Amino acid sequence: MRIEPVVPRPRKKRNLPSRRYAVIGGIGLVLLGILFFRLWSLQIVTGDKYLAEANQNRTREIRVPAPRGRILDREGNVLVDNRTSMALQLDPIEIPTEPAARRELFTRVGEVLGHDAEWVRRKYRDSIENDPPGSPITLDQDVDDEIVYYLQEHQADFPEVQINRIFVRKYPQGLLGAHILGSVGEVTAEDLEENPDKDLAAGDTLGQTGIEMTYDDELRGSPGLTRLQVDSTGRIISQLPSSLPEPGDSVRLSIDQGVQLAGESSLQSIGLPGAFVVMDVKTGEVLGLGSNPTFDPSIFTKPLTQQQVDDLYDEDLDAPLFDRAIGGQYAVGSIFKPVTALAGLDAGLITPSTVVNDAGTITIADQPFDNAGKTPHGPVDLRRSLEVSSDVYYYILGRDMNGTRQLQNWAGDFGFGRATGIDIPGESEGLIPTPKWVNEAHAEQPEFYDRWAIGQNVQFAIGQGYFQASPLQMAVAYSALGNGGTVLRPKLMLQTEDAAGRVVSESEPEVTGEVPMDPADRQVIMEGLHDAAQSPEGTSYKVFGGFPVKIAGKTGTSERTNEPDQSWYAALAPYDDPEIAVVVTVERGGFGADTAAPVTLQILQEYFGKQARAVSGGTGSVE
Amino acid sequence: MESSRLPRQAPEPRIGMLERVGLAGMDGWLAFSALGLLACSLFTLYEASGSSIVGAPEQYVQRQSLYGLVGIIGMIAVSRIDYSRFRELRVGIYTFLCASIFAVFAFGVAARGSTNSLELPFFTFQPAELGKLLLILALAGFVIDGARKGSEGQRTIRILCLGLVPTGLVLLQDLGTSLVFAAITFAIMVAAGIRWSHLATIGVVLTAFVAVVLVALPAAGMPVLKEYQQERLTSFLSPSSDIGDAGYQQNQAKVGIGAGGTTGRGDQATQSRFGFVPERHTDFIFAVVAERYGFVGAALVLSLFALLFWRALRLMTLSKNFYGTLVAAGIAAAIIFQVFVNVGMNLGIMPITGIPLPLVSYGGSAIISTLLMIGVLQSIHIESHATQRSQWID
Repeated sequence: MRIEPVVPRPRKKRNLPSRRYAVIGGIGLVLLGILFFRLWSLQIVTGDKYLAEANQNRTREIRVPAPRGRILDREGNVLVDNRTSMALQLDPIEIPTEPAARRELFTRVGEVLGHDAEWVRRKYRDSIENDPPGSPITLDQDVDDEIVYYLQEHQADFPEVQINRIFVRKYPQGLLGAHILGSVGEVTAEDLEENPDKDLAAGDTLGQTGIEMTYDDELRGSPGLTRLQVDSTGRIISQLPSSLPEPGDSVRLSIDQGVQLAGESSLQSIGLPGAFVVMDVKTGEVLGLGSNPTFDPSIFTKPLTQQQVDDLYDEDLDAPLFDRAIGGQYAVGSIFKPVTALAGLDAGLITPSTVVNDAGTITIADQPFDNAGKTPHGPVDLRRSLEVSSDVYYYILGRDMNGTRQLQNWAGDFGFGRATGIDIPGESEGLIPTPKWVNEAHAEQPEFYDRWAIGQNVQFAIGQGYFQASPLQMAVAYSALGNGGTVLRPKLMLQTEDAAGRVVSESEPEVTGEVPMDPADRQVIMEGLHDAAQSPEGTSYKVFGGFPVKIAGKTGTSERTNEPDQSWYAALAPYDDPEIAVVVTVERGGFGADTAAPVTLQILQEYFGKQARAVSGGTGSVE
Repeated sequence: MESSRLPRQAPEPRIGMLERVGLAGMDGWLAFSALGLLACSLFTLYEASGSSIVGAPEQYVQRQSLYGLVGIIGMIAVSRIDYSRFRELRVGIYTFLCASIFAVFAFGVAARGSTNSLELPFFTFQPAELGKLLLILALAGFVIDGARKGSEGQRTIRILCLGLVPTGLVLLQDLGTSLVFAAITFAIMVAAGIRWSHLATIGVVLTAFVAVVLVALPAAGMPVLKEYQQERLTSFLSPSSDIGDAGYQQNQAKVGIGAGGTTGRGDQATQSRFGFVPERHTDFIFAVVAERYGFVGAALVLSLFALLFWRALRLMTLSKNFYGTLVAAGIAAAIIFQVFVNVGMNLGIMPITGIPLPLVSYGGSAIISTLLMIGVLQSIHIESHATQRSQWID
């Protein structure tokens, strides 16, 4: 501290008001004070916040997509794989906000791709509307090498354009299993919102349907993160510690490629809409599941055209996207009869030896109920009623069980009227008609539903009327019959495996219910079904009579409104100790023995042919 | 260091170190602050540009050193001239000032959006930088000159007009520099003892004028400022995230300063190293200092300015004549005003005006001109010393 000398000021300065210096000094001091205070506030008080901002500023994180896991059949055949594709994307940050500049960009980029500016603009707008903010805007996939090279050479002219290698699903088996496998798609803003716990970001892919959706967590893997140090122009300066992408686990399905192919191709050869399900009666594993008509799953790897979307849902094309095997709700006809028979036996209405005189028609409540073609079968017991498919035998059971819930309860025990719990989405629950339900439906929609009457229970007894079930539900019910009464949850996933092939998780058989069937009763029914398939008077003898493996099988023919009948077949094989249940249906396919049974035969031939080949070293044949 | 403050009763002055090396009578603290700031500038330019300039990383330091050397020589030379001589040359200086600014209109080259430089051999010269000093020297002379002529009102108007002519001319080239001119004019008027009522009237008229230029005329569809000027002036009010926006760049400077924290980030100063901070050698060099060396470094720079300002203020009272007082007031105001506007811009509390940070920002014209100002201050100090020594006190 220096001391100002206390001396008289020189005379000439006295006429200057000294406070003027103080004013200038004061102003300067205040200005400096403001700067000091602001500096202190920025650096010391809120410095951490700005440090974080600065760090975020200079690092750019690039998500490196992980390849999705593969989907295999039970023997390891690859059903879904990945391929890489060059995608041309626009960096949303680089796109000018000014309309004129943006139009110019669209024109320029469009020229390279061989499209007009309007095409680019539409892609851009679609992406902005549907994708989460900040997603790269994909203009085109599978870009030609020439375009890729051109853009790489002229990178400076196209700072907004990125060529990124992306993974796209590949289907080595073509259309096989299209309905099961499902599709993947880029995450939408909605997906992000709905799955906050998943590590998802804009630009990731997500399973949208089928196995891809159910096992998305397993298949997706985790993306790598390349962290780059960038300057203000986005130029990369160095790479910071990064993480590598972790490929997703593979999912091994219980599907048997051969069985699946046999089912699909034989259904396809008929050319009518239909479905098949092949299920292991002891474990619930689904060996084959298909729906016809089908579609090419690879169309979902690129943006769909409106025409493609329309075609997938077009009723005139029988809605190829619709999975009839799990979503179809049908009257099932005579293949339901074993359920009615077991209910009747349980109620004491019949015994295996009860004989009914089948005159080809019966009148119940003043209403005639006929056999198919009014064919009289004469005196029939339980076993023969199944062999020749006597409707009258079951009409009587339906009549006698009306007023009780006996038939409805047994149907419920077999798993009808509720979802089976299969591990792909899109299942329907079907319907068990009860007086209560029917009367309520009638009250709501009298033009579609009649009031409950005894005739409805009579119809129900042969799988007709308001009763509805999916082919999958039928397969679950026949599996229960085949394994002695255990209702199993059908499963497509066998196990998941990591990239090195090590098993990560395995699915276990899951019991969802028990049918309290008497083994003796079951035996009679199995005998009847065996006769139906393989004794000379059986309904499907002409199909299965020469089949070397003993099977149990039942034809079904359900009536369709204003259309030819629907053909059904349900089989358990081998007869002695059933391994698989096969259910086939063909819409507008006529009698069960006409279309559904031959498809079943093809499936069984494939299944047992493969077994035979396996036993005899690949040279054996079933024929 | 020699101090001029100690009262000396003895007629024989003590021989100080500065006198021994031929720098007799200089204000040591003033020289220390000015050279300290120059050293900060060189150090920062050396450290900050080392990794960022491809090809010629030392270019900035080398050239700035050269400018500093020329400036120091100029400073010493000017300090040995009796500044009172400039008063006699006021008309010539004033004419030269206006002519040099006019020359820019005729032969000027554009730099960073505004045309404010003359292309000379080896050197791009910005007349307005030297003009700050010239205006101070001439205007202070006119104040003394007219002290006894006319009424107080006439006096006020004459000084105002003499100040506003070059201010207006510069305004057409460079908004920031014209603000400095205006600040100089204002400071000299305050120091000259212009009535407060007159100053208040001028203040009101000026405020109204700014309001008309910035708000009313553009609203009426007659923009006076160019769009980029308007944007620069108003962007600090609304920091933008849009790259390329003036507000974005200013915000990046602010982020850099904040990130510096207490002790700075050194070579981890990514904001300034990787170009997020714009104009990091010139207008935003303070942000570089603050990010690299933190509050410690930035406060040191501000403290050196405070020291400089104090020494200049002090000369107002020490000056042997009123002319010196006015000149010191002008220089003090010019420097502190530029510091406030520049650092304020860095800190995000003032608009972007392109005013350099005196003695720190890279740039020959500004460095040399500012050192010449210091030279004039030294001259005032030396003269006061000599006068006082010849008298009986101090």
